[in-house]
Amino acid sequence: MRRISLYSLDSLFGEISKSMTLYIPASDNAGGAVYTKYEDGVEYLNTLNTVKSPKNFFFPHTEDLMEFKLQGKNIDILDIRQESEDFAVFGVRGCDVKSFDILDRVFLSDPVDSYYATRREHGVIISLACTKPSETCFCTTFGIDPTEPMGDISAWMTESHLYLQPVTEKGKALMSKIEHITEACDDSEVLAQKDKTKNILSKLPLKDLSTDAFGSGKTKELFDSPQWAELSQSCLGCGTCTFVCPTCQCYDIKDFNTGSGVIRYRCWDSCMFSEFTKMAHGNPRLTQTERFRQRFMHKLVYYPENNDGLFSCVGCGRCLSKCPISMNIVKVMKSLGGDKNE
Amino acid sequence: MNNRAETLIPVLGVITDVRIDTPDVKTFRVVTPDGKKAFDHKPGQCAMLSIPGVGEAMFSITSSPTNQEYMEFSIKKCGCVTDWLHQAEEGQQLTIRGPYGRPFPVDDEFAGKNLLFIAGGIGLAPLRSVINYCRHYRDRYGEIDIVYGSRSMDDLVDYNEIIDEWTKDTGIRVHLTIDREQEGWNGHVGFVPSYVKELDFSTDKTAIICGPPIMIKFTLDAMIEMGFAKEQVYTTMELRMKCGVGKCGRCNIGSKYVCKDGPVFRCDELSELPDEY
Repeated sequence: MRRISLYSLDSLFGEISKSMTLYIPASDNAGGAVYTKYEDGVEYLNTLNTVKSPKNFFFPHTEDLMEFKLQGKNIDILDIRQESEDFAVFGVRGCDVKSFDILDRVFLSDPVDSYYATRREHGVIISLACTKPSETCFCTTFGIDPTEPMGDISAWMTESHLYLQPVTEKGKALMSKIEHITEACDDSEVLAQKDKTKNILSKLPLKDLSTDAFGSGKTKELFDSPQWAELSQSCLGCGTCTFVCPTCQCYDIKDFNTGSGVIRYRCWDSCMFSEFTKMAHGNPRLTQTERFRQRFMHKLVYYPENNDGLFSCVGCGRCLSKCPISMNIVKVMKSLGGDKNE
Repeated sequence: MNNRAETLIPVLGVITDVRIDTPDVKTFRVVTPDGKKAFDHKPGQCAMLSIPGVGEAMFSITSSPTNQEYMEFSIKKCGCVTDWLHQAEEGQQLTIRGPYGRPFPVDDEFAGKNLLFIAGGIGLAPLRSVINYCRHYRDRYGEIDIVYGSRSMDDLVDYNEIIDEWTKDTGIRVHLTIDREQEGWNGHVGFVPSYVKELDFSTDKTAIICGPPIMIKFTLDAMIEMGFAKEQVYTTMELRMKCGVGKCGRCNIGSKYVCKDGPVFRCDELSELPDEY
């Protein structure tokens, strides 16, 4: 383990950005934080979670896939893919780090999504342990330890220092580049901080949220529950939950006519939208109840069924704070039988 | 980067023949620009066709894999991409990628069995690939019955092939039906599910059904009533798709993705899934 004084945080960021583009959480001037490219004048904002999840680094909101040139009846297909540049993301919380595992299982399973893969290979994640988990946090429900945030380099920030511990080969490579500005240290300060954080975690309001009623094989029990209608009654179908969610990965593929050709691009889509499954001959999810059910069944039953029991939620709490009608996965889990206290 | 495989990037295809099947169904013959088949497939698999600027959509490959020269797609005019394709002429290029999905088990579960194909309307398109595969390897299968129905005699897809080829094969019985009486039609009149019941098939057959969802549901009910087990009945599904490889997230029925876990399902597998299709 190595450390650097917080007074030298800028020189750490400067050193990393000499070899790769670095993104850090900075103010979005609207009360939240947004990952911002580090350069002179960009100030690190110590925040619990960024408003938007870091999935954008690997699975961008919009990306061009290929280009076509058209002439009469003829078509030219242009492969416009490029290797990703090397980049690092600093300050990723343990919940968001876990979300990359969940996305990997979708995009890196056969056939590998090359657009995602190149970014994943070139990106280095420097995580950051939580010290002030909030009342909307429930990552521990999904077995995540926010005091051991993982990524390529795990980091802990105390009042005086930033502690760094490489986890992967990529992390070790980056550590060697910043060795000269960091100092070797023991982990006593980190251990003390972990204890303090765990004490807070044990008092969080959502600590007893249980996944027992969910997971592989629960489709029959849950799908026809009359509670879906009630839970979804006020859902506006706005899709905010899916856009802020670090694990939502549904996408659309569209064509854009540039005037001199066609760009086929991919963009985030949402199972909450009415046209998501609409076909010429009809729509299997006609009402918001069916679309709402799909989102939560996917995270709590279907995804685990296809992925060794792993849930597709990391308990980051973004949907809890952003849903305009205050509906969220915690309410869904509690009403369908996931509260140990009830 | 260009050495990385990427399923979303298609190859070029050319329409070399357009056959008008019905007022709203055309069959398109597609090869690559150098005149070859774009890729091999198995009966029941699908391909993504696109016209850049219009869109991309999934279609079942209606020609048999035993056809080494070209692929065929029977396409009903019913949306953006299909409308565009219907006004396309020979020589028009398009893009194609695939094959996608789990095929019919023609070489294992179907081998040595008596087969009963039941299709409604454009639902014959995916079954034609299987039927012609089984006709090609005729000695691998037992008796073959084909029940095919449409709204009217003008809406029967592949009519000429059915009459000129299928009905002339030994050991193949074709049973055609249309929904309502029509001048010039001497065959059976009535809906497919009730015709299947009338024909009173013995239950020693493996059945393959495809058609509008409502026809599949009623036909399956009729067959269960006749004594067929769900394990003997296969169908092929269609839901909206974008990627074709289980990643874009929209064609799932429960935890199964129609694009990669289907489109072919055995009916007992299907009844394990939630009723959302």
